[in-house]
Formats: sequence, structure tokens, C-alpha cells
Amino acid sequence: MRGLVVVACALVLAASAAAEPRGAGLYAAACSTCHGVTGAGRAGRGPSLRGVGALSADFYLRTGYMPLQSPSVQPERSRVLFSEPQIRSLVAYVASLGGGPPVPTPEADGRTAVGLRLFTGHCAGCHQIAAQGGFVTGARVPPLTHSSDRQIAEAIRVGPYLMPSFSTRDLSAADVNALVSYIDYTKHPDDRGGWAIGKLGPWPEGVVAWFVATAALVGVCLLLGRRVRS
Amino acid sequence: MIRRAVRSIDRRSGSAPFIRKALRYVFPDHWSFLLGEVALYCFILLVATGVYLTLFFDPSSTQTVYHGPYKPLDGATVSHAYASVLHISFSVKAGLLMRQTHHWAANVFVAAIVLHVLRVFFSGAFRKPRELTYLIGIAMLGLVLLEGFLGYAMVDDLLSGLGVAIGYSVALSVPFLGASFANLIWDGGFPGTSAFWSRLYIGHVLILPMLIGGLLATHLALVAARHHTQFKDSPGASEKRVVGVPSFPGQAPRSLALMFAVFGTLFSLGGLVQINPVWLWGPYHVGDGTNGAQPDWYLGWLIGALRLVPSFDVTIGSYTLVPNPFWGGVLFPLTVFGFLALWPWAERIVTGDRGYHNLLQRPRENPWRTAIGAAVVTWVFLIFMAGSADRVDVWLGISYTAQIWFYRVAIWIVPVLVGLVTKRVCEELVAGERVQRVQRDAALAAKRARSLGSPE
Amino acid sequence: MSRVRDALVAAVVLVLGSSPDRPGDEDLDHRVVPRGPQERGAESLLLVLLGGAALAAVAFIVVYALDGIGHQTQWLGLSLGLAFGLLAAACFVTARRLVVTEELSEPYPEHGSPHERGLIEEIVHESGSRFTRRRLVKLAGTGAVGTLGLAALTPALSLGPAFDNDGLLRTPWKRGRRLVDETGRPLAAADIAEESFYTAYPRGVDREQLGAPLVLVRLPLEQIRERRDWAPQGIVAYSKICTHAGCAIALFRKPTFAALEPRPALVCPCHYSTFDPAAAGKVLYGPAGRALPQLPLEVDSSGHLRAAGNFSGPVGPSWWGVRMRKVKS
Repeated sequence: MRGLVVVACALVLAASAAAEPRGAGLYAAACSTCHGVTGAGRAGRGPSLRGVGALSADFYLRTGYMPLQSPSVQPERSRVLFSEPQIRSLVAYVASLGGGPPVPTPEADGRTAVGLRLFTGHCAGCHQIAAQGGFVTGARVPPLTHSSDRQIAEAIRVGPYLMPSFSTRDLSAADVNALVSYIDYTKHPDDRGGWAIGKLGPWPEGVVAWFVATAALVGVCLLLGRRVRS
Repeated sequence: MIRRAVRSIDRRSGSAPFIRKALRYVFPDHWSFLLGEVALYCFILLVATGVYLTLFFDPSSTQTVYHGPYKPLDGATVSHAYASVLHISFSVKAGLLMRQTHHWAANVFVAAIVLHVLRVFFSGAFRKPRELTYLIGIAMLGLVLLEGFLGYAMVDDLLSGLGVAIGYSVALSVPFLGASFANLIWDGGFPGTSAFWSRLYIGHVLILPMLIGGLLATHLALVAARHHTQFKDSPGASEKRVVGVPSFPGQAPRSLALMFAVFGTLFSLGGLVQINPVWLWGPYHVGDGTNGAQPDWYLGWLIGALRLVPSFDVTIGSYTLVPNPFWGGVLFPLTVFGFLALWPWAERIVTGDRGYHNLLQRPRENPWRTAIGAAVVTWVFLIFMAGSADRVDVWLGISYTAQIWFYRVAIWIVPVLVGLVTKRVCEELVAGERVQRVQRDAALAAKRARSLGSPE
Repeated sequence: MSRVRDALVAAVVLVLGSSPDRPGDEDLDHRVVPRGPQERGAESLLLVLLGGAALAAVAFIVVYALDGIGHQTQWLGLSLGLAFGLLAAACFVTARRLVVTEELSEPYPEHGSPHERGLIEEIVHESGSRFTRRRLVKLAGTGAVGTLGLAALTPALSLGPAFDNDGLLRTPWKRGRRLVDETGRPLAAADIAEESFYTAYPRGVDREQLGAPLVLVRLPLEQIRERRDWAPQGIVAYSKICTHAGCAIALFRKPTFAALEPRPALVCPCHYSTFDPAAAGKVLYGPAGRALPQLPLEVDSSGHLRAAGNFSGPVGPSWWGVRMRKVKS
């Protein structure tokens, strides 16, 4: 029994020791072109990763924002290139580059009303009041329908691309939990009025008014007003 | 039983001759003549559902703290107006159905009016003696746009509140008079006092419906008094005689069918497709904003115009003569309505045609009017589309700034092109029909000649 | 039991049986509405449709009465919509198959009645035959009615301060006024971090006015190109109300990698007017015709932020005096 435990420990130690070197290898292959060999960034290609911490790396990797095809396009949610162990290694490696915040552990706490108030004041201007995303001059703002609780907490702290960032002084961990509750709510909000048609407001409503209702009624007119044959 | 009812009414009102005439009033038969009726039935439903809503709505801008059944707004500071709309939506049985049906009806109402105006314009129905009927119709269109805006502004939610702020900026932008004008309407600066909310309410619930109803009654009376126009393709139809289906028994079931179809469509939408879920938007506050705020579709042409105008206020020294929103918010709609209102006289002056017209023209038979109309419609439509450029950027990835530049150029060039092409198409179609007619006549003559000349 | 059977038979006969022609109909050769063929098939369809409409209407009442039903709005709309739809179909069948669709012709009404018009003119003209100074009387009458009309319209000016535009200039900010956040907590300079944005209000004042809300950002001091003395520690404050159309400027765009991304800017979500916080709120893009009004800040002895004066110009959308007049506290 004790022998087994010893072997297990050794294996774990070996694995974690391999993680950093493995992470370094992955980093060199996939990230160093833009972020520099030592993670200090490269002029005109990518920012420094020193001090961004596990939080940032976890966010960018799990959303598929990184790796980015070209440094001048907006990072967007896309295919995740790495497997779970690879992500862990990379995150650990980036975290080793000068410390930085750890991966957050938010929990939806049901304070949706507080979350809505915070969301209106800090987020709705870009992400739209029902978290459907939108537009700002210079970027497309993503909807939050596919964001996990952790990614929401991470994005708040990171402020990816043109998004502002909010420190724990601006939005405490409790505030983030409330925001997570609200954003989770927007994924399945109260739509007792029927088919929600995108929760975007008058735009899809106009489309339905014209292409469903008015089209149907014009059809009825065509049916009723056929020429009389005498 | 019919005999007794008619007898009792006639004895007390003398209306039997009128009723008989009304029963046999002849309706010329074309599907596009029913578009105005669709609008009429939408209006009836709007009044009916609207009255229902007034029995619950509280038009007060006084703030309160919400503690109702919708949990995400628990503790939020909202106006009584907003809270009462939440109450209608969540706590009044069938309340949400009435609210949504009312809003869908408003959207479809304006769509039907637009289609009806297009039909009237492109068929020349506005010509003498119907210019007054037409003008009343254009006036109603303007009033209806305002009525709709007031309706969804009263709810005081985040989306419509931003719209009211924009309306304030448009009022302010009137040269010289803007500040006084806005101060009068809002009773001071934005967001105004509680008096402003009384004005929104009474405007939407009493003043505008009365105006629209009165104009509508006059409009219908004039249509009946001058009798409906018709296309020439019914046998016997001419400038002097109208051919069609009498109201009873022929037309009545068709009109009823259309009315029930309108009600059925709108109530179905009202229950099945969510519209204006104000609980998701939250209340309006001066310091709050949201991305993606848009007006209802029939004001989309104005937001497009506001977004297209480049950054400048017209100033003389330090006097701000023309603030920026004036061009898109005032001059643009005035131009469009001015064009619509003045067109009958412009056409009369240019063509010299001062005659009475009871017969309609197919669009191709008047290439100039059709071309100019198509050009103006294209102009308005492109500006309308510019208002959605941000949506297009988000969904299709086409740069917003590039689109705005494209539209700034396109709205002047494309309508001219469309006008030229339309004119050509009309002329070609008419020429083609003429050729067909000549061919047909020749074939008939040949047949006749053959049958005459054939041996017994 | 036989009563029930009789009632059922009577109902069936009622539905399926036909009403006999009224006596003497065939003898009348003069009809206003022409005769048309009877179509029992269409008639049966009509009955079915009417019955369906009735059932749907009853369903509406039942759904309304049920308290615990889910998606109640949807069922209500569906049942009522169906009821009207079936009624529409019933009318349609009636129009197509069960009434005669005649094609009648009648004359258009006369263009007008010149004779009557002449009479009207005569009546009006002859009625004035007792007047000696017609033009003068007309002028006096028009003047009286016109001025009375003006008088009747004058109370409309009470609707608001039409001649007093000072309200447009007044803001609740003045030297020494504290900045508080959305919860009412006083804002300290240390609360304002770079790469973020904050909304602030004047302490103890009604927030629901255009002059109240501020948007604050902190920029590196060397990036601020204008009015550096208004920006203690690089913290700049601007009116949150867009100078184009009055929406709240709720967007702040901040570059993660400044070399390749656009510079920091305040953006309005309504028409995307974009303002430069480092250059006195200059318009970078969008339809706004005027720079964003800036509020000078100072940090007091306890480290809290206070206004150092009023805005650089009137807040909100432009009007005629917006460049001529100064803000008032």
C-alpha cells in the first residue's frame, strides 16, 4: 500500500515537473512568435505576458481568442486549439512569468437584481442590456451567451482587446458573483411573451412585423381581391 | 326580424335610402385596394387594446422602488409608469397578450399605411378630385408616426428613454426656436417635469387618437363621396362608370374576412412572438445607456439619417445656427413629407393635366411618376438601411465606418440610377404591350378575313 | 330518455336539413340580388369553420380561467388568433361560394354642382347687401377674430419656460462639490484605476438631470494633451451626456496592445459619436458637432475627488446659445 502511494507521488511530481518544461515547449511553438521568446512581448506583434497571470492565460486559451492568426485583427471566440492538459501547462507556464492573478472561482449567487444594476452601469453600453453583444467604433462586442462563469470573471479583470478592465476595487468578488448570476440569467431569461427573437428589441421586431404579419396580410388581400370574372 | 329592425331604425332616423345605397355601393375589385382596409382594421384593434391598457397604466414619472414578481428588478428605482407596465405584463391575466397585440398592431398599422400610400402614389389615385383625401392621408401618416413614438415612450424603459432623449435633441436643433420649443414641450430641460409625462399620456390616449379618428372618418367619407377609383381592365369601367362588387352581399364577407384575418394575425403574434420585453431592458435613467438601442421600425429612417450626417454644427461666430440633429431629424422627414404632400400639385403643374381622373394608371403607364417615386423610395430606403449598419458589421463583418461612407455616397447616386432604370423599364413594358396588341389585332383581322373568304 | 333522443334528432335535422324555400319565391322574376347555385358542401364547411371558431373562443375563456397553466400568454394568443382566423376563413368561404359576387356598374358622382355653388355665392353676396363699408367691416372682423385666436393660443406659452433658456445652462456642479459613485459613496482618487471607466454623480443632488452624470477615466499624465491642470493624477471627468442627441456615453474603449489598437475613447451607443478623453473631449468620429464638456477636478486633503469648477461648456445636445452662453451652477 505504502509503495503504491510512493509511486503515485513520484508520478505526480514528475508530471508537474514536466508541465513547466512542456508548457515552455508549447509556448515556444504557439505563442513566442508574437509574445516574444521570454514573454516580454514583441514590438508591433504582441504585448508582454509578464505579470498577466494564470487568469489571463486561462481566459484567452479557453475561449480560443488565442492563438491569433494576425495581431491586427480582433480576437474572437473560436476553436480551442489545445487539449485540456496542454491548456493547463500553458497557463502554468504563463503564470510562472512574473506572477499575476490566479484563475478566479466565481459562483453565481442568485443576486440577479444586484447583477442587473452593476451590468447596466458597467457593461450594457457595449454588451447590450440583455448581453446580446453589439458594436463599438473599432470592434464587434461579443454576446455573452457562450461565456462560462469563469470566463466572465476573467474577462472582467483582463479587459480583452478594447474592453475596459475592472479591478477588485472596482468590482469585488461578490460583485462579480452577482454579475455572473445576471449574465447566466440572460442565457435563459423570462420570455413569457413568446418567441424571444433575439432579445435585441425593435430590429427583429420590425423584421417580423414586415415579413411575417404584413406579408401574410398582403397574401390575404391577394386571395380576397382576385379579379371578378363576369 | 330583419323587417322589424330596419323598420324601427328607418322610422326614427329616415336612413333607409342611405342604408340601401350603402348596401349596394360598388367596390372596384383589386387586391391592392384592400391595403387601406388592413390599416383601418389595425387602427380599430389599436383603439380596442389601447383602451384596455389605459385601464391599468399609470402615467406617472414619480420614482418608486420595485418589489414585484419580476425578481431581477427587485429593489430597482423605477417610475410608476414602468412599474405599471410590469404589472400589466406579469400580474394582469391576458395583460401581456393585450400589450403585445397592441404593439404588434402599431407596427403592422404603419406598414399597411406605407403600402397603401405607395399604391395610391404609383397608381395616380391622388389626382383631381381626390387631392384632399390624399392630403388627409399624408397628415394621418405623420400623426401615426408620432402616436407610435409617444406610445412606446410612455413606458419609460431604457430603450425608449434613449429615444426620448434623441427626440429632445431634435426639438432643440430647430434653428432659432429650438430651445424655446423644447422648453415648452418638456416644461424645462430634459428629462422634464411630471407635466411632460401628462402630455405624453394625454397626447397618445386622447388628442392624437381623436385627430387621427376624425381625419380617418373624413378620409373615408371623401372616398365614398367621390367614389373609389378603379383600374381600366374591368369591362365597362370608364371615367364615367365604376364597375365592381356591391357591398352587400358580395363585398361584406370579404371585408369581414380581412378584418378577422387582421385580428387573428395580430392576436396570434401578440401571444406567440415577444415584443418590447421591457422587463429585460430595465428602467430609464439619465446616466444609463445600452448598446443596440433602436427606435421602432417606422422611425428607423430617422436614426439612419442621424447616423449618416457628418460631424458639424452650423455656426455663425458663436451663434449655433443649425445643430447637427436638425438635418436628419427635422429636414429629412420634412422633405419626404413635403414631397408627398406637394406631389399632386407638382405633377399638375409640370404635366399641365388639370382634368378629373377616376381611372387609375398602372405604374408603367406613367413612367415619370413611377421613376421619380421609385427614386425617392430608394433614397429613403437606403437611409433606413444605414441605420442598421452596426448590426451588419456585427453579423457580416463589414466595417461600420466603411458602410457609413458607402451610404453617404450611395444615397445620392443609387436613387438616380434606379429612377433612370425604372423609367426605361416602364417605357419598354408599355412598348411591348403595344406590340402585342398590334399582333393580336392583326391575327384577329387575318382570321376574320379567312372566315369571310372561305368557301361555303 | 326519449326526450333526449328527440332533442338529438332535432339537432341533427337542424344541422343537416335544409330550410325550405319561402312560398312564392319561384314566382317572382324581379330580384335585386340575382339567384345563385346552392352549395351544400361549402355550407357544411362554413358550419365546421364557425364551430371551430366557437370552440377556439371557448378555449380562450378556459385558458384564461386556468390559473396554473404555463405559457398562458401563448395559449391565449393562439386560441384567440385561431378563433379570429377560423372566422376569417368562414367569411372567406361565404364570400367565394355562398353569396353571389355580382359585377355591377354605376355612374361616378358629378364633379360638383355649379348650380348649387352659384346659389351659395348668391346667398352670401345678397346677405351682405345691408353693409355699406364692406371691406372695412371685413378687415375689422378679421382683425378681431385673428387677435382673439392669438389670445386663445397665448396660454400655450405657459407649457414651459419658453423665454428662459437659463435652465439649459444650469448644472449641479460647482467648486468643491464632491463626486460620488452610483451607490452614493464618495469617490477617492485612488478608486480610479487606469484602463477602466467610472460613472460619478454630484453628492446630494437629483441625478435625473443632464448636468449630473459624469464619466471618469484615468490616463497616464503624459498622454493627456490638453487641460492637464484639470486632470489631477491623470483623472479626467467629462459629462456623460453626448453632445449629439443626449444619450448616456456608456462605452469606454481601451486598447490592450496600443501599438495595433485604436486609442482610448469614450463612445456613445446611440450613433457612435466618439470622443477623445486625452484631448478635451474632441470628436474623433460620429455625428456629434461639439466636443464633450469637461469638468475640472481636484483632489481634496482626504484624497477624495471634488469638482474644481463647472463644465467647460453647456452639457447635452446643441442649441442656439450652446457656444455663446456659459454654464451656471
